Amino acid sequence: MIKIHSSEITPEHVYLSRRQFLQGMGLVAGHALLTACGARTSPPPAGDSALPTSSATDELGNALTPFDAVTGYNNFYEFTLRKEGVARLTKDFVTEPWTVTVDGLVSQPRTFGMEELLKFTQEERVYRMRCVEAWAMVIPWQGFPLAQLLKAMEPLSSARYVQFETLYDPESMPGQKDKSFPWPYVEGLRLDEALHDLTLLSTGLYGQTLLPQNGAPLRLVVPWKYGFKSIKSIVKITLTEAQPTTLWMAAGPTEYGFWANVNPKVDHPRWSQATERRIGENKRVETLFFNGYADEVADLYPDLDKRSWYY
Amino acid sequence: MIAWWKRHGLRVVVHLAALMPLAALVWDYVTGGFLADPARQTITRTGDAALILLLASLACTPVALWLRRPQLKPLRRPLGLYAFGYATLHLLAFAGWDYGFNWRLLWPAIASQRFVLVGSAAWAILLALAVTSTRGAQRRLGRRWQGLHRAVYGAAALVILHFALAVKTPRASFLYGVALVVLLLARLPAARRAIARKRSASL
Repeated sequence: MIKIHSSEITPEHVYLSRRQFLQGMGLVAGHALLTACGARTSPPPAGDSALPTSSATDELGNALTPFDAVTGYNNFYEFTLRKEGVARLTKDFVTEPWTVTVDGLVSQPRTFGMEELLKFTQEERVYRMRCVEAWAMVIPWQGFPLAQLLKAMEPLSSARYVQFETLYDPESMPGQKDKSFPWPYVEGLRLDEALHDLTLLSTGLYGQTLLPQNGAPLRLVVPWKYGFKSIKSIVKITLTEAQPTTLWMAAGPTEYGFWANVNPKVDHPRWSQATERRIGENKRVETLFFNGYADEVADLYPDLDKRSWYY
Repeated sequence: MIAWWKRHGLRVVVHLAALMPLAALVWDYVTGGFLADPARQTITRTGDAALILLLASLACTPVALWLRRPQLKPLRRPLGLYAFGYATLHLLAFAGWDYGFNWRLLWPAIASQRFVLVGSAAWAILLALAVTSTRGAQRRLGRRWQGLHRAVYGAAALVILHFALAVKTPRASFLYGVALVVLLLARLPAARRAIARKRSASL
């Protein structure tokens, strides 16, 4: 089995200039409010080579999805079901101040301010993002492995799962007034999935502070699972013994379940997962097993033929 | 001029309205109005236009009866043909633009997605109706023509099923389904008589 080292996922010149990058992030943390405004008022033009991005491709050679598409085409039902409408509706979403509570089966529950979370070593990871609706992007995220936060919290030996929760505030998230979903958005991972090095807590993309439509100020990125697992605008992380019931498990038990690992051979009840449309490139490609991360994550799942891992 | 408008105005308006979705698509494409996912936008918008125009075509006869405007009846054919045109664009955008006519990618999309099979069946019916929509075909087929063209209700039902299977929330397709049932009921002889009675009572 070929192991991909983080140096391959994190392109070399960023890897080497991480110290410099960190100093930049320190500035971001110190002037979080200022930076958030800066990012909001002056988004860089799409395809601008001056973007502070380490690489134009992922480790398989797939081109990055343009910034305009990543920030203009979003599934974020807390605002609207219309993918092209999210960016406009999130314009006034306030992400400062923001706190994240880590509780449940940890030695000492704690609430973090965003500025504290930004002190974790931030790095860039270029990941493929595969939506369950059969479209995909390639996104240069910044953030830090969730494992760093979880380890710092010292999970109790009884902890087996991690549950994540999005902000619930129907006044600022108008989509939450739609009572056909059991808000707030809840997602979950098994503890070993959460501790996997690929699992990222993201604070930015394309070298900028995360914009609200992408899940500001803090979101999960689990690249080998369908996109809906990568929960946005997290306010709470709870370690549990029992498997969490996610929003989608509660809302559509006949569709996807807890695992939702990408598999081109296991179709959605209503559509095929064999191929995906790359947004911004306007081309369709074959979907890869575990979204191309099988070498890194297949070990997490004994008996890979078991269908339930994939829905 | 006024006489001409009285005679042709309605048809001009209907043709212009039916061409609007296409014009809006071309406009958005030229001005970059949908940058992120033009293929999906084109597929959904041509599909929506096809469904609405098909229902509009089915509404012509009951509405003509209801409003005592027999001049509405001949609009059935152009509206039906526009619906077929948008359905064809919809199919081409799906197979050609999204899938690039690549059969290796298209095959699983057809084989394991019921909405594709249902939609294709609906398009095949519309094709048969479009081909036989000329006066010549009407003459040649004689009595069989009417029977054949009743299949339009089957096509509409398939289109609505296709829509319900393809979208994430079935609410809109349910409303279209109700509209189709109402239009179908309005064609039943009893309903036609009731509409006619109501019409003469209100005179």
